[in-house]
Amino acid sequence: MRIVVPMKAVPDLVEEIELNKDATGIEPENLTFVLGEWDSQALEEALLLKDATGAEVVAVGLTVDPEIDRILYTALAKGADAAVKVADASGATSSGPAGIRVADRAALLARYLMDEPADLVISGVQAADDLEGQLPPMLAALLDLPHVSVAVSVGVDGASAIVRQEFAGGRSHELQVHMPAVIGVQSARQAPRYAPITRIKQAMQAGPLTELTVSVPEARKGAIVRRMHRPEESGQAEMLTGDSGAVADQIVALLRARGLVKG
Amino acid sequence: MVLAEHTGGQVSDGTHELIAKAHELATTLGGLTEVALLGRTDLAGQLSGADVVVAVDHPALSEYLPEAYEQTLLEVLAQRSPRLLLISNGTIGLDLAAALSVRWEAPLATCVSALEIDEGAVTATAQILGGKVLVDVELSGERGIATVLGGAFGAEAGRSSADADVVHLAPPAGLGAPRMSLRQVFEADGGDLDISSADMLVSVGRGIESQDNMEIVEELADVLRVPLSASRPVVDAGWLPKTRQVGQSGLKVKPRVYLALGISGAPEHLEGMRNAKLIIACNTDPQAPIFGVAHYGTTVDLFDLVPELVDKVRG
Repeated sequence: MRIVVPMKAVPDLVEEIELNKDATGIEPENLTFVLGEWDSQALEEALLLKDATGAEVVAVGLTVDPEIDRILYTALAKGADAAVKVADASGATSSGPAGIRVADRAALLARYLMDEPADLVISGVQAADDLEGQLPPMLAALLDLPHVSVAVSVGVDGASAIVRQEFAGGRSHELQVHMPAVIGVQSARQAPRYAPITRIKQAMQAGPLTELTVSVPEARKGAIVRRMHRPEESGQAEMLTGDSGAVADQIVALLRARGLVKG
Repeated sequence: MVLAEHTGGQVSDGTHELIAKAHELATTLGGLTEVALLGRTDLAGQLSGADVVVAVDHPALSEYLPEAYEQTLLEVLAQRSPRLLLISNGTIGLDLAAALSVRWEAPLATCVSALEIDEGAVTATAQILGGKVLVDVELSGERGIATVLGGAFGAEAGRSSADADVVHLAPPAGLGAPRMSLRQVFEADGGDLDISSADMLVSVGRGIESQDNMEIVEELADVLRVPLSASRPVVDAGWLPKTRQVGQSGLKVKPRVYLALGISGAPEHLEGMRNAKLIIACNTDPQAPIFGVAHYGTTVDLFDLVPELVDKVRG
């Protein structure tokens, strides 16, 4: 069984994010990129399937993605069997306000998957910078495969994947999905494993990543970005001032006024 | 057109919110509000805020099943040709919208918190990067799809006493030969305690950084004698059980006081707690969206604040 895990970096939300001058995109300068948290969960779920079934796990990213080498070498260090960078023959480097548009990403990855089919494609349910939709269902539609998103566990039973799909409030469905299929992972059955730096270095020394160039027709136009902006600063929050001791005093006073702290 | 969501014979609040918004947009554009009701067509009576309910019945649609819903919805879209399809930004929206945007060839905006008609064009405000950036987009052309955050619009206008016309459509051919089937439905676990009924919650987010650090917030919850809850990353990391998760994919809570520690306020989380009576937020990032819904805020480090709080509450 072959499992392909599309992965990508997203801007680190802990850092300040600046908009470009005409407010139509994110200023890439000074941004820190990290692996998307849902992609990290998706890789873990794929590696758990590998542990259980001996499946081959292939991590895939786009050549133009920021930090993609580090992300793919880390995936290898965690246990992926191979890692592939997909390049766009047209040489496009950015098509959306925050890097490559998800529709363009899906088209490139779909082309790759047509050439090198997978039994399961497992990716993060969404990416923090998704504006025009989510990758897994888009890929499935392009490949005409069944898909399930918001998955919290993926197993295999013969020619089917057994997928638990989660709904609000903790309700969930167990689905039997004929493979090949595309799964969007919300969370893995266990926290993503850690890759020691020595193993990442070993993976890097083992040689360069495989790179494939594919060519796809131009994607359909999506939603047109008029303007990007920050949420209203109006934030109604009244900011408490002073050091941590002074702030704690004010919070305790608020709780005391509501009878939640005695005295 | 709005996709109706229902569980256990009840149409969701989110569906009524979308009907209310769709009605407002349709009035401006001079059109009708339609609702696609798949499976439980007996629930059409709950959709009185719409002009037309397009009902499709088939055993494969009784519970949400991605493939069957997608095929059926494509048939409904082909027959009714709506200007705009609205889906709640929950599991069904995350599952279907992007696939429909490919197959129905329509632009899509996700995580939408506002929808307007601007000189005839449908415009949407979408949240990206955990709500830190808003993007105003135009869904131009003949059709578009938006997945809408819960709580973005009021639901009341989506309920009315006037009955909608019900149009029955035949299910698409081939719905009976699926590549996917439902094996089992799991209801939510009761868990060790019910955070949705708590008077106050101490809630912790990604800012706690590691499982070892959970001790300090557990101690604060203990001295206050209130439950500890969390945002999704903490639960996904396995540091607290799922039953303690606040948010769209967890529980919706409405305590008298919600103390948010190290929570940035992603849309997913805000949907679960924005109705708390008093929200106090601690986050070192002054840009964190949590300060948009909090009543009081502080940017001091939670690792400095929490031990002080523990000492002062103990007295």
